[in-house]
Amino acid sequence: MADQRPSATPLASIEAVESGLAAQGYIASRQIATAVYLSEKIAKPILVEGPAGVGKTELAKAIASWRGLKMIRLQCYEGLDEAKALYEWKYAKQLLYTQILKDKLGEVLGGAQTLHAALDQLHDFGDVFFSKEFVEPRPLLQALEQPGGCVLLIDEIDKSDAEFESLLLEILSDFQVSIPELGTIAAAMPPTVILTSNSERNLGDALKRRCLHLHIGFPEQKLEERIVESRVAGISQTLRRQLVGFIHEIRTLDLKKQPSVSETIDWARVLVLLEATELGHDMVRDTLNVLLKYESDVEAALPHVTTFVAKAARQNVFG
Amino acid sequence: MKENLHRFFRAARGAGVHVSPAESIDAMRAVSTVGLSDRGLLRDALLLTLAKSEDEKKALGACFDLFFASAEPSQTDDEAAAGDEAGEGEDESRDESGQAVPDHSVEGADDSRLAGLGALAQMLLSQDRAAISAAIASASAASSLSDIRYFTQRGIFSSRILEEMGIARLNDDLETLTATNPALAERLSALTDGLRENVRDAVAQALLLYGREEAENLRNEILRNAPLARIEPQRIEEMRALIRRIARRLRERYAKPRKRQRRGHLDVRRTLRRNAAWGSVPFLTAWKRKHRERPKVIALCDVSGSVARVSDFFLLLIHSLHEVVSDVRSFAFSGHLIEVSEVLETKGAEEAMQDIMSRVGFGSSDYGTSFADFERQWMESVTPQTTVIVLGDARSNNLDPGADILRRISERAKRLVWLNPEGRMTWGFGDSEMPRYATFCNVVRQCATAQQLERAISDIVATYH
Repeated sequence: MADQRPSATPLASIEAVESGLAAQGYIASRQIATAVYLSEKIAKPILVEGPAGVGKTELAKAIASWRGLKMIRLQCYEGLDEAKALYEWKYAKQLLYTQILKDKLGEVLGGAQTLHAALDQLHDFGDVFFSKEFVEPRPLLQALEQPGGCVLLIDEIDKSDAEFESLLLEILSDFQVSIPELGTIAAAMPPTVILTSNSERNLGDALKRRCLHLHIGFPEQKLEERIVESRVAGISQTLRRQLVGFIHEIRTLDLKKQPSVSETIDWARVLVLLEATELGHDMVRDTLNVLLKYESDVEAALPHVTTFVAKAARQNVFG
Repeated sequence: MKENLHRFFRAARGAGVHVSPAESIDAMRAVSTVGLSDRGLLRDALLLTLAKSEDEKKALGACFDLFFASAEPSQTDDEAAAGDEAGEGEDESRDESGQAVPDHSVEGADDSRLAGLGALAQMLLSQDRAAISAAIASASAASSLSDIRYFTQRGIFSSRILEEMGIARLNDDLETLTATNPALAERLSALTDGLRENVRDAVAQALLLYGREEAENLRNEILRNAPLARIEPQRIEEMRALIRRIARRLRERYAKPRKRQRRGHLDVRRTLRRNAAWGSVPFLTAWKRKHRERPKVIALCDVSGSVARVSDFFLLLIHSLHEVVSDVRSFAFSGHLIEVSEVLETKGAEEAMQDIMSRVGFGSSDYGTSFADFERQWMESVTPQTTVIVLGDARSNNLDPGADILRRISERAKRLVWLNPEGRMTWGFGDSEMPRYATFCNVVRQCATAQQLERAISDIVATYH
């Protein structure tokens, strides 16, 4: 159990964050590590923005498994509301209990002489059905109730409605929620909160103000090579270099969807499966659909394949 | 260091990054956690806490580099001060550094000729560069250089800083030296010129850092009130940006409350049916939804001559209001009328306007024929929910004004709004048919500047809420 609660030990330094995440296979840039370190030190959520597939969600997973914390994930979508994100009353259970306890209630109220007295007695029992046993905790409340803390991932917050953002504000700034019938529930241990967004819509200033804002873009070549190295087993150094070089060239094109890190990793896996040791012209052509997700993008990239492969190969010689 | 950070926040605001007090507190906490030793780390920490979008990050990064490039020489001073602070009060340490520096320079110069001269003269002659820039920095702080806003203030701030540094005493020294030691006097006067230049540079830098916000505001204010029709070609891009900002503001104002107010009365029938399982005890309630009415806009834009530019911006604005306005159909006319909605939706602003202009632009306007064109082909699209906006100068070149068609449009539509880029004074003079048209319009407005354009559209959208 000792290693179940490492959150009690504060983070030592930014380097410790970097190496800790690296041990989970997440190669973090300096900025990401700084953000994680700071969010712990000044108890602030991190709002991560960036294109799809650069490892926003992975970051939360890596932090959770590194710190040995439970990860609670709340996937946002249009129409997500309090009842699905925060808590809900167990209506069926309440109803069932009232039915079962009917006789009991009769006994309790039997002693009362007047209607007024009965009402008074009923008032004493009234709150029974709105107690904690009848609350169904949803992800946000669950996160607050974890005794050892947890990593709360609020994924794709930009997909939710603007009203939902306001609901989050109390949790993000004070790590507590107010349930009208129960009062305020504060976190046993402030969770590490990660919010991700694809910038589909602009988030409110109030939400942004409460967060550290981290933008993860496409990584630099060296960093991406390290990421591929840690994620794809058995890839030769030559192939890794050429592959990342090639992808960086592809990103200079005007595409509908730029290949991101997750595509790089997928492609590297495919090439390893095909037992490639070097980036070959024909092989790139055949596997380009792993990298590019639109027909028009593939068509736009095809004429450049030869030059890019040559360039990547040259880079290898000098790099 | 606190002082320095505060100045940095002000510079950041100047660079267009919104820094609220809460954010500055966060930044302070972050900085105290990561420390000041690593510049890259400091930069990351500030970017994380202050900048809230990618653009802001870029702006703040540039601002950081500029700020700490200028602060570099004074950094040693700050560190010394910070070191002293641990033991003594802040005021004390400042006094000390103020006195200690010249003392030190005298020792460094080791020159008896310097005795009897003012502190500033000694400092200059011993060429203690660090001390000089430290003195400039502290003098700029004393004369609150960070309050500089406009480039016209450069002179006054320079002289204030020099005064603070003791330029008066320096001039006295120069005079006495010219009599006693001309060679030294010459050297000193050359050094003084150098000092003036340094101070000027410091002020220019400060203006760059702190003055940007005001300058931007001033420029926007001017732009907002500039007549759209006579805007210089090189400022059109800026104007487009301004119009886009206006559109965003209108969207934010009008897109939200609509959602909130959608729940209407209790729907008794559906509530009973839904709760049939519990003997119609209403555990789950069903609500009627208010019918939401989003503005439907039909815009008729005159694109002849001087009105074209206003129409351009107007169309840009109304078409960037997708979230607020559900349905926009745009028509352009001068000699005759065509529908341009599709062109505007599919092409970029520049290209679309060129396309429209090549098809109907630059003719002499004929309101009668254009209205007739509209009535013949598109009259059915005018419904009781529609707001019809006509943008034009109502100068119909003495041709048939077609006022009766306008009356029929007005009768069908919810509202008829006329936006006229000309001033009210000229309405009705020459070939202007404005008074005749005005009788059929619900609203007639002058609309020559971006600000008037914003108000006009804001009013139109507001009537639906």
